[in-house]
Order: sequence, then C-alpha cells, then structure tokens
Amino acid sequence: MSILISKDTKFIIQGITGREAVNLTRENLDYGARIVGGVTPGRAGRDVYGVPVYDCVRDVVRKEGSLDGSVVSVPPKFTRDAVFEALENRIRLVVVVTENVPRREVAQMVELATLRGARIIGPNCLGIISPDEAKMGGVGGPAANTRQAYTKGNIGVMSRSGGMTTEIASTLTAAGLGQSTCVSIGGDAIVGTSYAELMPLFEADPETRAIAIYSEPGGRMEAELAEWIQANNSRLPVVAFMAGRFMDEMKGMRFGHAGTIVEGKEDTTAEKIKRMEQAGISVAERIEEIPRLLEKRLAEVK
Amino acid sequence: MRFYEYESKALFRRHRLPLGPGQRVNSAAEARQAFGEIGGPVVLKSQVLSGGRMKAGAVKFAESADEAAEHFQSIMPIVVQGESARSVLVERKSAVAQEYFVAITWDGRAKKPVLVFSDMGGIDIEEVAETHPEHVSKTHFSSILPLSPRIAKEAVGAAGVTGAALNRLTPIVFELMKIFLAYDLTLAEINPLARLEDGSFVVLDGHVDMEAEARGNHKKLLEELGIGEDETRQARPPTDFELAGARVNAVDHRGVAGNVVEFDGNLGLVIGAGGGSLTLFDAVRQHGGRPANYCEIGGNPSVKKAEALTQLILSKPGVEKLAVMMNVVSNTRVDIVARGVIKGCIAAGRDPAETIAIFRIPGSWEDEGFKILRKYGVEYCDRSVSMHDAAGRAVAKIS
Amino acid sequence: MPGLFIDVKVDPEVAKDAGIAAKLEEVCPVGIFVAAASGVEIDEQNLDECVLCDLCIEAAPKNGVRVIKLYES
Ligand code: SF4
Repeated sequence: MSILISKDTKFIIQGITGREAVNLTRENLDYGARIVGGVTPGRAGRDVYGVPVYDCVRDVVRKEGSLDGSVVSVPPKFTRDAVFEALENRIRLVVVVTENVPRREVAQMVELATLRGARIIGPNCLGIISPDEAKMGGVGGPAANTRQAYTKGNIGVMSRSGGMTTEIASTLTAAGLGQSTCVSIGGDAIVGTSYAELMPLFEADPETRAIAIYSEPGGRMEAELAEWIQANNSRLPVVAFMAGRFMDEMKGMRFGHAGTIVEGKEDTTAEKIKRMEQAGISVAERIEEIPRLLEKRLAEVK
Repeated sequence: MRFYEYESKALFRRHRLPLGPGQRVNSAAEARQAFGEIGGPVVLKSQVLSGGRMKAGAVKFAESADEAAEHFQSIMPIVVQGESARSVLVERKSAVAQEYFVAITWDGRAKKPVLVFSDMGGIDIEEVAETHPEHVSKTHFSSILPLSPRIAKEAVGAAGVTGAALNRLTPIVFELMKIFLAYDLTLAEINPLARLEDGSFVVLDGHVDMEAEARGNHKKLLEELGIGEDETRQARPPTDFELAGARVNAVDHRGVAGNVVEFDGNLGLVIGAGGGSLTLFDAVRQHGGRPANYCEIGGNPSVKKAEALTQLILSKPGVEKLAVMMNVVSNTRVDIVARGVIKGCIAAGRDPAETIAIFRIPGSWEDEGFKILRKYGVEYCDRSVSMHDAAGRAVAKIS
Repeated sequence: MPGLFIDVKVDPEVAKDAGIAAKLEEVCPVGIFVAAASGVEIDEQNLDECVLCDLCIEAAPKNGVRVIKLYES
C-alpha cells in the first residue's frame, strides 16, 4: 500500500511539450507511471514519448474516460487556469510543479479544489513517489537515479524542499529503511496540502510505520503538524530535520523558499523545534541522525 | 516587497480611501512650504521601511513653518533600525477621537485572506489581542467568490463597533479588501485609522507589501509609483556583490544561480538547492566555518551560469576557498556544475584543485562529473559522505 | 579552438552539406551548430555547454559528427 498514488493511478501531464515536462514524462514513464495523455493548447495530434497530446483536458477525458490525476507543468502565468481546468474535469489529485505562482492564485486554486473535493500537491514541488509503484512529478529525477535513492518500505516522507526529499530518502535507503510514500509538498507560503493534512492518509496506511519530515523556518506548518499529532493521538512516530537555523539571527532576509521569510516569532527554528518536541516529535540536528532516531522510536512502539 | 508609507498612501488615494492633505518633502525649504500649503499644525514623518520610527524620534509635530523646517533637519539624519530616511512626509495633524486598526494578510493555514480589525488602534495589535481579545476580530474570506461588503461589516461588528462608526468603517474596510486582492498584496494595513472629532474617518498611517513574484503583474502601478525594478526592498539594501549575483542569474534562462547574499567570511559557497542551501549553510557554521556568501543553485543551470557565479564569489576579497555542495540532485547535472565551477576558477586565475575545498554533489550524471573532477585533481565525495561531513571537510581545509 | 571539456568535430564533407547543417542546428539543444552559407560552423562559445545527448550524432551520417570529451584523454 501507499498513499495518494499507486501503479494504477491514471494521470495526464498538463504542459507536456515544455522542456521540463518532456523530461518529467520520460522519467515517470520509465518508472512505470500510467500517463494516458498530455495537454498543450494548439499541439493536439502530436505525441511525447508515445503519450498523445491534446488541446484540452476535456478531450483526454472523452478519449480515456475519467482521470485520477494531473501533473501541471506550465508557466506561472497559466498555472491557475490549468489547475482550474483539471479540477473542472473532475480530476481529484493535481500535482503542481510550477514555481513562482503568486499566493493569491495559489489560494484560489486551493479554494476551488476544496469546493470540488479534490487535492492539490504543490505548487513549487517535485511531486509524489511510492517506491516500486509509481511516481508523479520530477521527484528523484531519471528512473535509474530514482531507484538508487528510493526503496520500498515503511517510512513516510514529507518535505517542503524537493531536493531534500531525495536526500532524506537516500539517507534512509542507505540505512536499510525503505519508504512507503514520499511527498514533496512544495516550498511556498501557501501549499495545497500541508504536513498535517497528509497525516490522516499516512495514519490510515497500514504500510506506513513512521514519518520523516524536512522542515525550515517560516510558516505555521510544523505547529499545525504538532497540534494534529497531539489532538489525534497519532500512532506514527515522527522525526524532523530542521534546516536554516542560522536564519533566526537574520529577520526579514530572503533565503530558500518563499515560505521561509521569517514573519513572526513562532516561525523561527528555535520556536518550531520547541513546539515539535512538546508534541513528541524527535528533532534531528543532522540528516544522518534521522535513521537512528527512527529506529529508536520504532523500537519504542513495538 | 514593502511600500513606503507615501507609496502605500498613493495607492490608497487612487481607491479614494480618506486621506488628509500631505506632501513628501526633500528639503527644509520644501517642509516650510508644505506647512504653508497645508495651513496649520502638521506631523513630519521619516520615510523608512522599518517600524519603530516613533521610538527613534523620527516622527515630530510642528506648529509653525519654522518648526517644520527645523524638524525636517533633525529627522532626516536619524537612522531607524539601520535604515536612512528616503524623505519626509508632511501631513496635517488631525484632532483624533478614536483610533482603529485594520489589516489583511494571508493565512497559510486556512489558505485564505484574513481580515484583522480592532477598535483599539495605534498600539501593538498583538498586545491588544492578548489583553482585550473581545476588541479584535479575525475574519477569513474567500479569494474566489465575489467580495461583499457584509464581510467587512461583520468584521467591524465583531470587534464591538456599532452605530454610525460601523456604517462609515464598512466601506473603508471593504475597499482595503479589494485592494489586497487586486494587487497581489501579502499585507495591507491601516493603523491607525482615525475617527476625527467631527465623526469623519482618515487614514493616518498605513502600509502594504506586494508579493515579489507578482511584481510582473503590476508593472504599470509600480512604474507610476516610481518603484524601480531593481529595488528589492529587503531588510537591508542589496550590496554590489548581491546585485552582481542577480546579473549572473539573468545570464540565461537555464536553471537558477541566484539568491546571492553577502557575508564577510573566507569560505565561498556554491550551494543548492533551496532546502539544501539552508542545510549546508547551517552545517558550515556548525563546524565553525565563516561563509563569504549564501546562494542557491538549482534547476540545472548552464555551465556559463555556474562559471560566472564561481568567478563572482572568487572576486570577493578575502575568499580563500570554495565549497561546492548540494543535496542529492535529480534535475541539476553533476557534470555540468563541475564544468562550470572549474571554468570559473580558471577564469579567476585560480587552480581548481587548490581553490575547491570540496565538491559534494551526488546524483544525476555523477560518474561523468567525477571524471572531470579527477582530471583536475579536485577533492570530491558522493552520497556516502553526508552534507554535514562534507561541510566539515571544507572548513577543516581553511583553518 | 575546442572548449575546455568538449570538442565537436564535423567531417569536412558532411560540414558542406546545407541540409545536414540545418538539421544539426535544429537538434542541438545548446546551440553548438550554426548553419552558415558555407555549411555548418561550430559556435565555440557554447562547446562546454554540450549535454552529451548524442542528437547531433544521430542526425548526421555515420561518423559525420564526433563529440569528444577532452577530460577523458
Ligand atoms: S551531443 Fe547534444 S549537446 Fe552535444 S553537440 Fe551534440 S547535439 Fe549538441
């Protein structure tokens, strides 16, 4: 089992003829993904690595029947409309890869998704991978690299940083800890799905036995996760790695993701670490400590 | 990106929010003249982006033209939280009966705009929320459904306001909601919003923040307000080094080599990507290293870009060595970055083997990259060496 | 002048062919080939940007184009 996606997830790539999207299509297909179509307006009739291109999502649905998901990789200007198009064609899982989408438009996408009972992952994310099942998005890169870093197992991974998703998975793999599903949730101030919002899915997944997360300054996401864990008496031990500790000394400077602009006291790493530890989350100083901490926590659960 | 008070007010004025007469002045003579034109007691306010003007003594009241000129002279040189004044705003001093607070920002958790309103304006709102929670209302509203004034009315009412004040406040608050969404703002604030003794309302102070990513959508407004494209409006103005970093990133459209921030250490950093850079910068500091810069590379930058960034960092006085490090990469190519940094060293007249303390970028095309590094005698490591340990190796080579 | 890392050699006969020149210019993602009036020319500025995709090798007749990794010698 895994969360969000499996071998059977039937999805499309919006913006499939773009430079990044072409790569992503190749990489996902090589990893075994079931991509039934791509969309680029005006390019209907072409194909990308054998995946037929359509002008509209509606046309793919007419040909292929209902769709489970879409990866949106279009320029920031067109992202909101592409997501609306996916949602209005009853797609329930939309992974938005695009960076630099203004907050207002992200909020609008998320609000429509909520009204439609759908889920958005991202924007500014690398997507989702369930090792040995499928991946949706650029996470892990070429299939061979992906197989090197990600292995099947029982750890769920959530990360605001796309690159660090792979670094963490790779560290887990090296320590013999495989992963159930890894989600790059995106680094922006507003994202479709937060850590706390993914927790119920992991909680319900029998294969997931513990969680590893990457966290950084900015936003309230770790606080929200801490609250969720306490309120729901979660069965899953959580280990967090905290990056950007140096930023506590530099208010208002812009580093890393858009989400890391330190806006208030609760956004600092010191404050976040305190909150997480209060909720029973183990906080690692270094990435290489994550496997040991996970093993320790898993041993306590048994 | 924060607007100065005078810019925020220029935006408010376009939307007919109630503002008293005021002028921005750049000399004592202009301050004197402004006093005459406004005709009566005025307030002079230093135009800085940071808060705490009042405490710093950069806000003063004048009863005469001479006093206005004098205050201009004393306010201009005051540095507020490290920031010099851009100019001085002279406005009519109003007879205030009551002050209100209204602000709109994004709530990342609700993923909606949130409107915060209080009838106890002028003072620290966090404090009011703690001591008088019944005087502060928080109201979320939709960013896709049509905006409606009833949201503003409910927010004002929820803070305990009724009567004529409620009816006069509602359209002002509603207008601010519209402004917030129309210009991709991340903050729109009026504090204080004053009720004068005659019952009318006036915006005394206010400011807005526009989302940097959305600047392209509002070029016309920014141009009309006189906000230049190279004004980053960060906590401190960009250094020449940082501006040069921005130019490096603009060399071509392939990948990113940006977010260059200057520090005064001796270890140059070519690091990435977003989260990886945060992790690596911490690691260097935990080992007692002194970074010369922060930066983020990612998205598979061209060789030229990596080269230009390397050259730029090496051009900084006092940079002894360079650490080239990233998390396991998927779309950035190890060999391309290796080529770029080696070319950059050579272009700067430095020996890559001597200059690059460590190269730790595992991942896509690493075999090809490692071949290049071996050829030039550069020390490198793969994913079996953690980011933390790689940073340690680099630091050890300097001290 | 070759690049620091990459050199690209086009067989002189192949280089004269206007059709192949146009094709090479089109396939190379980093602009190493320029289709000039006299045939194909190499933009030396871009040599080190080569991503080793082999598209040029596939586009030319056998042995018509060689991509040389100078760091392997
Ligand atoms: S291998 Fe690819 S990048 Fe290199 S010269 Fe040939 S077409 Fe251009």
